[in-house]
Amino acid sequence: MTEIVMSQTPPILHGPSEKERKYDRQLRLWAASGQAALESANILLLNSGSGTVGIETLKNLVLPGIGRFAIYDDEVVDEADLGVNFFLDEGYLGEPRSQCLTELLLELNPEVQGAWYPRVGDAITLEKLLATSPTFTVIMYTHPIRPEYVALLEGYGRQHKTPLVAIHSAGFYSYFRIHLPGAFPIVDTHPDETATTDLRLLSPWPELSEFAEKMTRDIDNLDNHDHGHLPYVVILLHYLEKWKAAHGGAYPSTYKEKTEFRQMVQNAARTDNPEGGEENFEEAVAAVLKTVVPPTLPSGLREVFEYKRTDPNEHRSGFWIIADAIKEFYEKHQCLPLRGSVPDMKAQSKVYVQLQNIYKTKARQDATEVLRTAQAMAPDRHIDPAEVELFCKNAAFVKLINATGGESNARDRLRTVVEQELANDENAEAMMMPLSLVGIYLALQATSYHVDTSAINEHEIMAEVDKIFPGALNESENLAKAAQEVARAEGGELHNIAALTGGMVAQEMIKIITKQYIPIDNTCIFDGINSRCQVLRL
Amino acid sequence: MASAEVYPASEPARWKHLDRVRTRPGPYTNTDTFDGSIVAENMEQMKILVIGAGGLGCEILKDLALSGFKNIHVIDMDTIDISNLNRQFLFRKADVGKYKAEVAAAFVERRVKGVKITPHNCKIQDFDEDFYMQFQLVVCGLDSIEARRWINATLVNMVDEEVEDSYKPLIDGGTEGFKGQARVIFPTITSCIECQLDMHAPRAAVPLCTLASIPRQPEHCIEWAHVIAWDQEKPFPKLDKDDPEHISWLYQKALARAQEFNISGVTYSLTQGVVKNIIPAIAATNSVIAAACCNEAFKIASNCAPFLGFPDNNYMMYSGNDSIYTYTFKHEKKDDCPVCGNLARELVVDPEWTLRELVESFATRPDAQLKKPSIRAEGKTLYMQSPASLEEQTRPNLDKTLTELGLSNGEEIGVTDPAFATVSFKFKLKFKQS
Repeated sequence: MTEIVMSQTPPILHGPSEKERKYDRQLRLWAASGQAALESANILLLNSGSGTVGIETLKNLVLPGIGRFAIYDDEVVDEADLGVNFFLDEGYLGEPRSQCLTELLLELNPEVQGAWYPRVGDAITLEKLLATSPTFTVIMYTHPIRPEYVALLEGYGRQHKTPLVAIHSAGFYSYFRIHLPGAFPIVDTHPDETATTDLRLLSPWPELSEFAEKMTRDIDNLDNHDHGHLPYVVILLHYLEKWKAAHGGAYPSTYKEKTEFRQMVQNAARTDNPEGGEENFEEAVAAVLKTVVPPTLPSGLREVFEYKRTDPNEHRSGFWIIADAIKEFYEKHQCLPLRGSVPDMKAQSKVYVQLQNIYKTKARQDATEVLRTAQAMAPDRHIDPAEVELFCKNAAFVKLINATGGESNARDRLRTVVEQELANDENAEAMMMPLSLVGIYLALQATSYHVDTSAINEHEIMAEVDKIFPGALNESENLAKAAQEVARAEGGELHNIAALTGGMVAQEMIKIITKQYIPIDNTCIFDGINSRCQVLRL
Repeated sequence: MASAEVYPASEPARWKHLDRVRTRPGPYTNTDTFDGSIVAENMEQMKILVIGAGGLGCEILKDLALSGFKNIHVIDMDTIDISNLNRQFLFRKADVGKYKAEVAAAFVERRVKGVKITPHNCKIQDFDEDFYMQFQLVVCGLDSIEARRWINATLVNMVDEEVEDSYKPLIDGGTEGFKGQARVIFPTITSCIECQLDMHAPRAAVPLCTLASIPRQPEHCIEWAHVIAWDQEKPFPKLDKDDPEHISWLYQKALARAQEFNISGVTYSLTQGVVKNIIPAIAATNSVIAAACCNEAFKIASNCAPFLGFPDNNYMMYSGNDSIYTYTFKHEKKDDCPVCGNLARELVVDPEWTLRELVESFATRPDAQLKKPSIRAEGKTLYMQSPASLEEQTRPNLDKTLTELGLSNGEEIGVTDPAFATVSFKFKLKFKQS
């Protein structure tokens, strides 16, 4: 008897697991799929310089539960480290810095594994570590650093297609730069909810038209309750038909026509009811300019369509096969697969759910068509229907980062960007735009490999900048000031700037590892004097 | 304890990196206000208050301790929950249930030698102006708008033009997901939190009739369970949003209602999110915003570089969803700010509204956000929320229209709310043309 009663109790009373409770606030951002990606990530930090910014980054990755990390650091803990780095303490003075950092970071999350190098007495060189470790997902290194280390890491990155992140924090300034091994597409970009409305009011399919037509056939004779609960999608479809009938079959297209159309909808609202107006018509009026739009090809997806593949792996990747299939879909239908979601709007529950189903069904049909096309294009490869569905749902928001890739012309590109930025600065005041931060990047870069402890003064920094970019200093007072500011820090970090930069880098690492949200392309410079940053593609 | 603190001989070596920046001027340093020889000592003597020991608070305490501040107080009434551990890095699983302020203070004191952190396990409202007067700087890492408004109003009220020490700069941070903001307020001099209130508009409430009769979204079903079903059935004496059993009850109710209307998407996690108004939070964003706040505190305290608040920008918006974007700008002070301004703010009303409608409208107006407003007009009390006797006496007014109450176009009214006892919001009625 008891058993029968028990089995009638719903099975889901247990609530979330302990792990789900611990990670609740982040699972709401990147869901179980993002969490799984983090938990299988293996991160290497080559820690150098005053050694804080990389550790602050790792802290923000250990807490949300990356799988494992390794720290390679040649230094031993000294007094000055204790004044800037939180994950060190007196007990470790004179001990390997990597050991202390690793042990204190591991306290933050028992689910994470960490290792430190080089070990005393068993001097594992960086080269040996790279050769013997399980493949790293992302590698970070902090400036100033020995150039031979960077060469080793870059070699590894090329060989294993591993993203590299270079970070430099000194005084009030910092930058970090992400080197991705190739074009980096993202499907799950998490666009703002408000940007995703796609109702296809100007290209309704038969089921949608029929549904709207049925509800509005006798619109003027509906009682106030029914009239006041017509979903705004239905209202707009109805009056668009009326507009077309009066305009030789054409939809409102110019701004003027759309405002006229909006007035037409406004005038159709009943005001002689007890409420003196109708909320659903207000919603319809408010939605006109945003939803009465023809389908377009968003720039992000256009870039995907036009991208020239050079890497043979790309031809076999699910992303590029589905992208080709969607391109074919677009060329055939002149619109993208439907996203399939309907924003909330005033309506009877039953009617709203019907409307939702009409959109969902159409979205599923579109996704099925894309899946079939993709399968036909790559018959020897399994195409994951869930991947197709996600791509179709997000098609308008897909983004390609690092589309042009390539390291060969880095110096030229830097020169072009610097020239552009300095030219912009000349008009900055008139345009009410803030000044470029590129000078900060140049000044920091001039000290990137300055690993010995001698002070480097502003003249030496300026001489270095002059080597990278002859003549720039004469043109920009800002650049000279940036050099002075960098000289003031003598290569040392301010904890706040290291923590702030570590937060930004950790966000980017999470985006790259989970392939969700949109990473920077490719350099972010922070100015702690004016509290702002700038992203440049260098 | 006398002022003759003895520091370990290693102090200068320890603060080598910090001292290079704070004791020497840079190209942007204002040399009229900067004296590098006294910076370290000044900062050591400053008392700085941190409000909140949660996601931002943990970071703020660490950042201040490593910025050269030695005397820090922290206020937080909360205890540690398991869902804090993904970002509140001063807490461990064994700390669950203990006071946040206490555990955070002890941890940072242990790790950074020479810093003194005094925890207060209570509400900010438990202290009076005398308490707040002892600090030179206040840094807030709060998740509640109400608490921010309270401390803001308190610090603005404390300003005495004759007394320089009565100006307490307020630095405030906030985050949501990959986004956040950091702002600096010099009470009565720059735009205050109340001036900026409309930048944090409350989410529009779902109309009761939608919940009661035409739900369309999973959230509508959850709100129905929360607002209507709970009251009707009272399954437990008092709703505890942290009790999984209570959340489970709401979830089951919401699920059943969703099934009745063919609505999909009600989950335990969504139920919890809606009922508790959970804001997603991660360590990385807290790290950015807390450090941005503490960087300003450091610059204000040391004068070693220009800081937000003077002369122009006072607000930094940060967004990390799509690339990284910051917008640092000047939010203008408002003359009709109920806290730091002196003009009445215009309030457009329909003269045919009942007083009840007016009272309710204050909750949703983005620039007012008052949940329990009491209203006075010149020479008469229109509605008082308390004491009970006055409430009863003024209750009949609620059903009268503004015209019936004798209010006229252009008339000024005063609004108070128990959440902000020191503030009287002044509004000037402007009648809608009908």
